[in-house]
Amino acid sequence: MIALETLQAYWWLIIAVLGAALVFLLFVQGGQTMLLSHAADRSGRAMLVNTLGRKWELSFTTLVVFGGAFFASFPLFYSTSFGGAYWLWMLILFSFVIQAVSYEYRRKPGNLYGCETYDIFLFINGSVGSVLLGVAVGMMFFGAEFTVSKTNILDASAPVISQWAPTRGLEAIACWQNLLLGFTILFLARTQAALYFLLTITDAPDLERRNRRRVLVNGLIFVVLFLAFTGVLLTTTGLTQTEVGFMPEPYKYFNNLMAMPVVAVMFLLGVVLVLAGLGLTIFRPGYRSGIWFTGPGSALVVVALFCLAGFNNTPYYPSLIDLDSSLTIANSSSSHFTLETMSWVSLAVPFVVAYIAYVWHAMTRKPITPAEVKDPAEHLY
Amino acid sequence: MNDLISVVDWSRWQFALTAMYHWLFVPLTLGLSVIVAIMETIYYRRGRSREWLSATKFWMLLFGINFALGVATGIILEFEFGTNWSNYSWFVGDIFGAPLAVEGIFAFFMESTFIAVMFFGWTKVSPRFHLAATWLTAIGASISALWILVANAWMQYPVGMEFDPAQMRNVMDSFAEVALSPVAIHKFIHSVMSGWTLSGVFVVGISCWFLLKKRHESMALRSIKVGGWVGLAGILLTLWSGDSSSVDVAKVQPMKLAAMEGLYDGSRGQAITAFGILNPAKTVDNDEDPFLFDISIPYGLSFLATHDMDAFVPGINDLINGVTDITASGDTVRTLSYAERIEAGRRSHEALRRFDVAMASGDAAGMEAAREAIKADYPSFGFGYLDSPSEAVPPVALTFYAFHVMVILGGWLLLFFAAALFLAYRKPAPLKGSRVVQWLGMITIPLVWVCSQSGWIVAEVGRQPWVIQNLMPTRAAISDLNPSTVMLTFWLFALIFTALLAAEISIMLKAIARGPEDHDHSTPSPSVSIKK
Repeated sequence: MIALETLQAYWWLIIAVLGAALVFLLFVQGGQTMLLSHAADRSGRAMLVNTLGRKWELSFTTLVVFGGAFFASFPLFYSTSFGGAYWLWMLILFSFVIQAVSYEYRRKPGNLYGCETYDIFLFINGSVGSVLLGVAVGMMFFGAEFTVSKTNILDASAPVISQWAPTRGLEAIACWQNLLLGFTILFLARTQAALYFLLTITDAPDLERRNRRRVLVNGLIFVVLFLAFTGVLLTTTGLTQTEVGFMPEPYKYFNNLMAMPVVAVMFLLGVVLVLAGLGLTIFRPGYRSGIWFTGPGSALVVVALFCLAGFNNTPYYPSLIDLDSSLTIANSSSSHFTLETMSWVSLAVPFVVAYIAYVWHAMTRKPITPAEVKDPAEHLY
Repeated sequence: MNDLISVVDWSRWQFALTAMYHWLFVPLTLGLSVIVAIMETIYYRRGRSREWLSATKFWMLLFGINFALGVATGIILEFEFGTNWSNYSWFVGDIFGAPLAVEGIFAFFMESTFIAVMFFGWTKVSPRFHLAATWLTAIGASISALWILVANAWMQYPVGMEFDPAQMRNVMDSFAEVALSPVAIHKFIHSVMSGWTLSGVFVVGISCWFLLKKRHESMALRSIKVGGWVGLAGILLTLWSGDSSSVDVAKVQPMKLAAMEGLYDGSRGQAITAFGILNPAKTVDNDEDPFLFDISIPYGLSFLATHDMDAFVPGINDLINGVTDITASGDTVRTLSYAERIEAGRRSHEALRRFDVAMASGDAAGMEAAREAIKADYPSFGFGYLDSPSEAVPPVALTFYAFHVMVILGGWLLLFFAAALFLAYRKPAPLKGSRVVQWLGMITIPLVWVCSQSGWIVAEVGRQPWVIQNLMPTRAAISDLNPSTVMLTFWLFALIFTALLAAEISIMLKAIARGPEDHDHSTPSPSVSIKK
């Protein structure tokens, strides 16, 4: 029988991988924030929308599966965070609702609100959605204002086990550390979007020039924000679990990095890959494959961040108002039986990844051209 | 307490709003994906005819318009379990979360990956790969439905789990029992087949409009045949699984069955109400006649519920007061009254408190004694939250009328498909000239949606007050929120969903008005190129 602790760690890694995939696929959201600036160039905007439109379902689905996997493996987090940081999650959800229809409806006759409205919806999803997802993840490092008391379930007049600050998640949006991570993710998404456009769109020299400039500008902003976030994270005081409960520990995440060399290597390798992708694209004219460096690189960094948040006796959801309510992968997970059953199911994940990769390859073998987005025989967004 | 009830009510309204909007789009996705796949298969196998390609692309376009809003409302449903029902998420997350995760891994990725090929792959992949992608999209949609319905069925019939007092939650002990419960299987078949039925009506009804306008008549007749067969298969299997579901409900949710029939005092050889008008003055506390008017079929309910015309079917009063009956094998059966179950529920709550105290003080013997006491009364755990037996009675009128609307319209749909297919295959195509039949086809489109929504009202309103049958009432499942917060998000959702629904209907009507030719442009399909 596999030990419960092993299963909990395994499922935390699956959550980390899904989170990494989501952050990579947020290039769709990043790209959406660039659509409005192409207002003068209908053909350019059409190419951007249509190359993003073939991937929006994948980023949306990854978010849904990320939520579903959290529900299944760490239900106390699902219960506490979603039910508590209500406004934060609702704003994220609203932004994804308007995204889901915008691609399909924006150019359809009879769409009632006009193409511009749907493009604004896409911009809102791209900007607000990316930043707020970063804010939600930021709480895993910088804490949240909640308490958990399971015995509340026996109080018929107020039976809720997880209680949150009266601001219901708005306070998390106002936390500058969370926002720092949020904007870091936004500019990573914008950088990777520009790289994705370079990879998938050809025969559009003006657009290519603009996208290279976007890689440079957004990439630089991202690097500055990322360095600031890393500095704040590694110097912040976190919580550590001891025999007598949760205790504050200065430089907690730096200590975690030192205590887990594999994670440190993963983090550094990820950073190097991202910088390599940016450098190759910026300094080598004609180079289009930068996203194949920045994508895996950013994914490695995200997995490393989740490891810093959840391993080495670290509560991945620290409570700022009641330390003992903090959530760890041990006290918030599903049962041994459920984790083990789902682990068998998770063996299918490589098969799923394989067919996604195959279809991705098949669909992007031919890059998008200006001619394609003018072809009435194509299903276009 | 008032705030609690208000939060419960607004949370229920919000979830109901989201679920009902979601279910406007999902059944069309489930059925139309199959119809499109069948049409593309015919196109692929019958010499790549342009007519079938045209029909495939036309219905695929409508599928895409509908699919987007189904996805949009679906994400809200998943996350609302956490945002608005956080206690529920903890209390049964160990069981309920697993099907959702499986759904994500197996179904959502399949759907989202292959739908891109379906829409954009006509010139990028081979015709065979494209056809496979269309089928995989349809299969992905059905697998998705399977797992969410397994989760829903578990809430109505909680099996494969036990209560863990140390964690104050339920934990799964048999995934097979959860996934293969008869309630889950019947619910899956019933829901997916109702999607086929709805889509069949959608295709036949729109095709009737083309016949009425004398446009695209050949495509319309082809579509009526495909949509008619899918719809007929759908309605027959919906009726069969509906019958099986009735037997399930009689066994595991007898109060829901009593509400569906407006039955207060049951009997052996119980008649079924084919049509009736409920007496609004009737409550569980008075002796008013339940009906102002009704037409009944003798022995009907006993037969429907148990497949035995002489069986005893309990009514609302019988269930509240406890039923005493003698089975066919001569055994005397007595069920607890609801007052007794409330007492049992409170005993299990008290035992859980004792367990918690014993655990905190390391008293192993005390924990074991409390664990046994909890186990003995756990089947009534949820009753411990109720103040009176009448709280365990669902809204009878809504459940009754929704059930009867569903059944009456279901009967009409069977006749509809049989007639549509009969007329579609007759020569020389009487459907082309019969305006009455064409209008009936169009009028049936909104009716099938009413039927479909009614089915879910029966399932979800009829099980109130339980979010998990007998174990957790909705009032204990909520999040720690202000009523005004949930009220505000309810109205925001109502506004957004309604605005987007209006856009969808408008786009759909424009696309239908343009017809298939406008979507089947002169550019040769890849297969045509190959033939040349």
